[in-house]
Amino acid sequence: MLSKRNPQLNRNGELIHLLSIEGLPRDIVTLILDTAGTFLSVNDREVKKVPLLRGKSVFNLFFENSTRTRTTFEIAAKRLSADVINLDIAKSSASKGESLLDTIANLSAMHADMFVVRHSESGAPYLIAQHCAPHVHVVNAGDGRHAHPTQGLLDMYTIRHFKKDFTQLSVAIVGDIVHSRVARSDIHALTTLGVPDIRAVGPKTLVPGDLREMGVRVCHDMAEGIRGADVIIMLRLQNERMSGAMLPSAGEFFKTFGLTPHKLALAKPDAIVMHPGPINRGVEIDSSVADGSHSVILPQVTFGIAVRMAVMSIIAGNEA
Amino acid sequence: MSALQLDAEALYTELLAGVRRLLLPDVALVGVWSGGAWLAERLQRDLGLPGRHGVISSALHRDDFGSRGLAAGHDATSLPFAVDGRPILLIDDVLFTGRTIRAVINELYDFGRPSSVRLAVLVDRGGRELPIEAAYAASRIVLPAAQRLSLTRDDAGGFTFSVREAS
Repeated sequence: MLSKRNPQLNRNGELIHLLSIEGLPRDIVTLILDTAGTFLSVNDREVKKVPLLRGKSVFNLFFENSTRTRTTFEIAAKRLSADVINLDIAKSSASKGESLLDTIANLSAMHADMFVVRHSESGAPYLIAQHCAPHVHVVNAGDGRHAHPTQGLLDMYTIRHFKKDFTQLSVAIVGDIVHSRVARSDIHALTTLGVPDIRAVGPKTLVPGDLREMGVRVCHDMAEGIRGADVIIMLRLQNERMSGAMLPSAGEFFKTFGLTPHKLALAKPDAIVMHPGPINRGVEIDSSVADGSHSVILPQVTFGIAVRMAVMSIIAGNEA
Repeated sequence: MSALQLDAEALYTELLAGVRRLLLPDVALVGVWSGGAWLAERLQRDLGLPGRHGVISSALHRDDFGSRGLAAGHDATSLPFAVDGRPILLIDDVLFTGRTIRAVINELYDFGRPSSVRLAVLVDRGGRELPIEAAYAASRIVLPAAQRLSLTRDDAGGFTFSVREAS
């Protein structure tokens, strides 16, 4: 009989893989954020390393390119004293025709303890989690359009750091939401943490209407979307989307949905501006906003390392 | 003496006197989270020491991480002074196997190289599994290994001991 248990949790309800924020209980999300707070202070120490993953091997499996996410996972694993092996899978086994599960079986034979997986196919990390040995843990570092849970969690850490309480907030997510796994993870996390007002802002071609079913307010008007917001999450406009018929041009997009000081003035005076990076200056965000006093884009990067340390140390300490 | 007869407040008075005798110039008190941190806070005040006491957590150096995972809700280490070259006096409520103190010493060294590290505790209950001893213990008792002895602090700041059977 098929188990209905959340594949991320063991029988005691403890986190053993991080695959998606969807379906995670609020207390686990909060535990990750609290633990990240502890790890943030490790940066202030003379020895910026703790031995929790000493003797463990973390394999970074990036079937899709990403320098930033891979690097922050690598730093996080190293700060936990793990041995980190980076595999540029896109250029090796997959291109030679090896199946995903064969790759995983081979790496498991090399005594991997944790896989950090980025894949262009939604669900690939689930497949790996279902087929790897019981002692192996899997972290989803972004799968297709589905989820990017550590980005969602670091966004929640950033919001909590600057705004303290989730239950009074208005959060606007702006841009290419239809293709964004970050947006999906953010929406699940914000909902789980009790944010009452979540807005998805962008043109009709990039903001799916079915988001309303997730309790999100869909706005195709930028002014309406960010008016009175406490938090504005700008998404990267992916250049590869430009080729289709989804948008007239980058310049046109910036005119309507690009975040300028003028539009930012509609948000709350103490609003924070976030972006998962890499930013396209002059496409989705004006330089003066990206570098301005409301921007918390660089703190997001710093918090991202602590959040990834938290996730890896929590799952590594729980048995399947 | 059985655990239930332990008068934590009376023992604190003895600890205060014992710690006073251990004080070196420039010593920094560091309480082991959580019971030791409460004791260090009160000792810092009652001894009239300048500055703030330190708090240290064993969570990131525990030797049972592989089987027990990361302790939920643990508090972070906070050492509001430079550790390098400083004599450190660790304070804890109960000294048992010595494993927490081993972890805490590792944690301490992540912040620098102290000139010395000593330990003062409210209760030494024996059962050591590592070569670690307290420079001062306000009380020495023997308890069955399955019993967990821990300090609790009430809203008024008063100390009592609680005993429970380990799960």
